[in-house]
This record gives sequence, structure tokens and C-alpha cells, in this order.
Amino acid sequence: MNSIEIKKLSLNFGEIEVLKELDLSIEKGEFLVLLGASGCGKSTLLNCIAGLLDVTDGQIFINEQNVTWYEPAQRGIGMVFQSYALYPQMTVKGNLSFGLKNAGLPKEEIEKRVKHASEILQIESLLERKPAALSGGQRQRVAIGRALVRDVEVFLFDEPLSNLDAKLRNELRVEIKRLHQKLDNTMIYVTHDQIEAMTLADKIVVLRLGIIEQVGAPMDLYRDPDNKFVAGFIGSPAMNFVNGTAKRGGVDAPGLGLHFDGIISTAHEGKAVSVGARPEHITLDPAGDTHTVEMTESLGGVSFAYLSGPTGERIVVEERGDERTAAGVTVGINIETSRILLFDAETEMRIRS
Amino acid sequence: MANSTVVHSIDGPRGPKPRKMLSRRNIILYGTLLVVAVYYLIPLYVMLVTSVKGMPEIRLGNIFSPPVEVTFEPWVKAWAQACTGLNCDGLSRGFWNSVKITIPSVFVSIAIASINGYALANWRFKGANLFFTILIFGAFIPYQIMIYPLVILLRDLGLYTKLPGLILIHTIFGMPILTLLFRNYFTTIPEELFKAARVDGAGFWGIYFRVMMPMSLPIFAVAIVLQVTGIWNDFLFGVIYTKPANYPMTVQLNNIVNSVQGVTEYNVNMAATLLTGLVPLTIYFISGKLFVRGIAAGAVKG
Repeated sequence: MNSIEIKKLSLNFGEIEVLKELDLSIEKGEFLVLLGASGCGKSTLLNCIAGLLDVTDGQIFINEQNVTWYEPAQRGIGMVFQSYALYPQMTVKGNLSFGLKNAGLPKEEIEKRVKHASEILQIESLLERKPAALSGGQRQRVAIGRALVRDVEVFLFDEPLSNLDAKLRNELRVEIKRLHQKLDNTMIYVTHDQIEAMTLADKIVVLRLGIIEQVGAPMDLYRDPDNKFVAGFIGSPAMNFVNGTAKRGGVDAPGLGLHFDGIISTAHEGKAVSVGARPEHITLDPAGDTHTVEMTESLGGVSFAYLSGPTGERIVVEERGDERTAAGVTVGINIETSRILLFDAETEMRIRS
Repeated sequence: MANSTVVHSIDGPRGPKPRKMLSRRNIILYGTLLVVAVYYLIPLYVMLVTSVKGMPEIRLGNIFSPPVEVTFEPWVKAWAQACTGLNCDGLSRGFWNSVKITIPSVFVSIAIASINGYALANWRFKGANLFFTILIFGAFIPYQIMIYPLVILLRDLGLYTKLPGLILIHTIFGMPILTLLFRNYFTTIPEELFKAARVDGAGFWGIYFRVMMPMSLPIFAVAIVLQVTGIWNDFLFGVIYTKPANYPMTVQLNNIVNSVQGVTEYNVNMAATLLTGLVPLTIYFISGKLFVRGIAAGAVKG
């Protein structure tokens, strides 16, 4: 059963088309991440689902119900915002119970739910405090609690971790994942951070300019991207791309100093292609002399070498363990042919054979 | 460098830079501030001392000298006995009139303007910008143009010379600037708070009363100060749109000071003026604290 169904959703701000005939269905209990650079329409889409923006065209179904004209509070959603958006003049308890009071729930029920939510999020000791007296992580927990008490079908997260520092971000990310496993609600999570997307999602939707580029499980998008944008957006450091030409069923990539055999149909003979390879799939060959190491970045367990190739195209190579190649050294590279991804240089679409 | 004993191995300047209290910069700075402060305080001082002197002492002409004999007679007279033309019951009548005018005017104008500002800032409806432009345009039309049409309007409404009429006038004239004030303040409140309240099921009034208003006490304080002082100090509308029995304090003060019967009682005039100015002054003192308090602190990241 689908928890959320979006049909031909369009949204214009005046002349600007922000979302263009989007179709998307989200299964019950699924953790869906909307991923894209800023301005791609991901937050706009979330606001449309929440009912905070009127759509220009199309329909939204939540739990098989057409909620397109419903008020946010009637849709059975809870929302967590980037800036927490806690009511500053209310205590934590007041913040948690505000929505319930508006819904006219009896006092005992409110007490019960607030207690339950604060236990789950471990904020029982903070109930009497005002938001100003909380740390960033605590505030975001309260914000999640505000969605939790409402006992809703769908949780919406609008970049909830972007305001936190790196350490807290990792902690809360794990906590959100745990919460999802425990509650089994449908969750929609907006982020521009592909690490958050990879780690949290059951399914990632990559958006660009109001259009869905690809939908799929994180590892599917990572291994098998449909186009160059998705390939480049997911993974850090980003996938390397060099120019190549299709030749007799193989591909010439002068930027890599390599030729790959039998990876492209002869129908594409002579076509300009973009050759993609991830940093971890490239190995350095100390005996070679095609590339110069310009600089290296060491992260501890891994390091990244930035190479400049024969055509001047730069590529990044990952090194594991204790190997570190010094800057200025001349090396060659090796890539397994099966790891190479090809894209049409013009349309940027994937060429699968 | 006779007194600088070198204890450490580090040479040269170290730690905070020494500053002399009596440097040229400080003397000029504090000197100027002092002179300006005295310049502004002298009239107040003269008024205060004159208002507690008796008439014989005033006739001596030393307006700066402190009173030899302090008397509060002039204050009592200004409040309860001073004559304005026909009646001789002092400023008290004007004071109560002003109270009756100011309180409802301030309340009504702020209530309407804050809701206007809230609607304009958060519930952007079609034509909101046009509406706002027209409203702001109202602030630039000179009062003089509107005075006579408003007299006719009030007469037709049956409110001319009555207090409710004047209250209506003050509410209308306060609208542009107050709406602008509130709209601008409400737009600085993070939009996500408004969105969160909508998700939490609060409606137009729920969000206004339970979320926006409690967060906006500083701007309400500003609006109250603006309106109380503005309306209390108003002379023009008071004299045009009311009759002598309903004159506000300012108009009555003018009448007391200007109606000369025999000697000009400077001490009574001074006391009356101070009495009239007391209300705005008190408001400034009380509300000062509210300005400073950062009520919205902690609403968002911080």
C-alpha cells in the first residue's frame, strides 16, 4: 500500500516553474530522501506535501485520501524544520502539547503522549525548560518530539541537521534512523547532503530543477546511475569524468591514458562519450608515467591523490591503508573495465551497452 | 623607561595597551557630552525650580537660582484651580479627557494595526502589496488636506465634537505607520515558526494570539510608546474635533497659559506644563526595559 502518492504535481511561482509534473509514490514505512542542490525544488515539494504551499496543478494523496485541498493539520503529517522553529515563549512541554491542544484532545491524553514522546527522545528532564535554555541537539529533539506526539502517519524533515555541528549531526542522524526503525512511520527527508541521503534512505529521489532525475535505493544510485548528474552528485569525492570516443566497441580515454575494450555497442561508433570512474575504483601504478600527482589529502584511513593527466583533465584517486603517494611524483593508473560508466557527452544520459 | 623593569625574556609591548583616563580624546569626548547634556537639561531645570517658587521670588528675575522657599501651591493650583476662560477647575478635567481619548485610541489602533501587519506579513493574499502601498501612501498625505473632509465625515456620523469621534481620528491616522511597524517586525520572525504552527493546527487567530503576539512584546511596547506620546501630545486634532468640555490636556494647557488675568503666573504655568508632560515621560521610563529585553532570543539557531 502506498502511503503517499503524488500525481502530476506542478508548482509555479509566477513565471518560474519550480516543480514540473512530478510523479512519485512512497510506500508505507519507507524512508525516502529528497536529494538535490539548493534551488532544485526539494523543500518546495516537501512544503507541498505538508500543505504549506498551494500547488498549481496535480494531486497529492496521503493514505489513499486526496489531501490536495486539506489544511496542513488535517493531513496527518508532522514536520521538523531546519531552524527547529520551536515556540520560544513556551516550555518544551508547551511546545509538545501545542498541536494537541489545538486538536482539542483531553488533558490526560495530552499528558500521556507528551510523556511517551519525551521518553523515546530522552528529553523528560527538559520538559519545563524554554527553548532558549536548550542546546542545538536538544532543540532538534524537541522539534522531532512535536511531530511524534501528534501520532501521525508521515514525518516530514526539512534539512533537520543542517544547523548542527558535525559531531551532533552524526549522532542525530543515527538517532533518526533508529527512530524510524522503532516507529515504522513513513518518513520524507529533505537534504542536500549526499552522506545523509546514503545513510538514511530506503529510497533516494534525486531532484534537479524541479524534475526527478532518478529514484532508487542508495546503492543502486551509487552503482548504477541513469545519468551524469546523478553519478556526479552521489559519492564523495565526486566521480571522475574524462572525455572519450567510442571506437570499434571500445572506448578511448586519452585523459586516462587508457583504452577500454568491448564496453560499448558498435552502434555508437565515433560518438563522443564521457567516461566516469569513481576514485576508489582507480589504482595507482608507480611504474607508469601518464599522470602527475598535484597534491594529496589524507583523511587518516584513506587519502585522496589529485592527478593531472596527459590532456590536462584532473582526476581524484583514493588510496587505502598506509600508502601515500607524494606530490610531484609521476604515476600511471589502472581501472577495471567493469567499473567504467559511460555517458553520452551531449545528452549526459547513461550508455549502458 | 625608568619604571619598566624587564622581568620576562620577551621584549616590547605585551598585554593590554595602557590607556590614560585623562587623555585628550577622553576630555574632548566627555566634555562634549557634558555640555550637551547640560544644554538640554537647563530648560527642565528652570521649569522645575520656577514651579516650586512663589510669585514674589519669581519677580526677582533670577530664573536659575534655586528656590529659597519651596512651595507646591502652584502645582495644586495648576491641577485644580487654574482658569481657562469660563471654568476654573484646573488641568484635571483635561487630564481625564486625555486619558479617555488616549487609552481607547492606543488600544484600538494597535489592535487593528498589528492584525493588519500580521496578515500582510504572513498570510499573503492576492493584492496584499497593492493594499500595503495604498496604506503607506496614506502616511505621506499632509494632515491639512484631510482635516475639513473629516469634519464633515464626523458630523454626518454624529460624532463631531464627541470623544469617540476623536478616537476614530487617532485610530485612522495611526494606521499607516503602525501597520508598517508591525508588518516589518512580523516578517523578521522566522517563517518556519509560522509553518510549524500551521502544521500544529493553529488557525489565523490561534497563530496570532498564541505564537506571534507573545513573541512580539518589544514591538508592542514600541507601538504603545509611539501612540501614547503621539496621542497625548496631540493638539491639532484635539482642538478641531472636540468642544471645550472635551478638550484634551494639551489644549487646556494652552488655554491656561494663554488666558491672562492680571499677572502671568509663571509658576502655575510651569507646573501645568510639567504635569502635562508627565505621562509621556513615565511611559518612556516604564517601557525602556521592554525595549532591551530580547524576547525572541532562542527562537531559532543561536
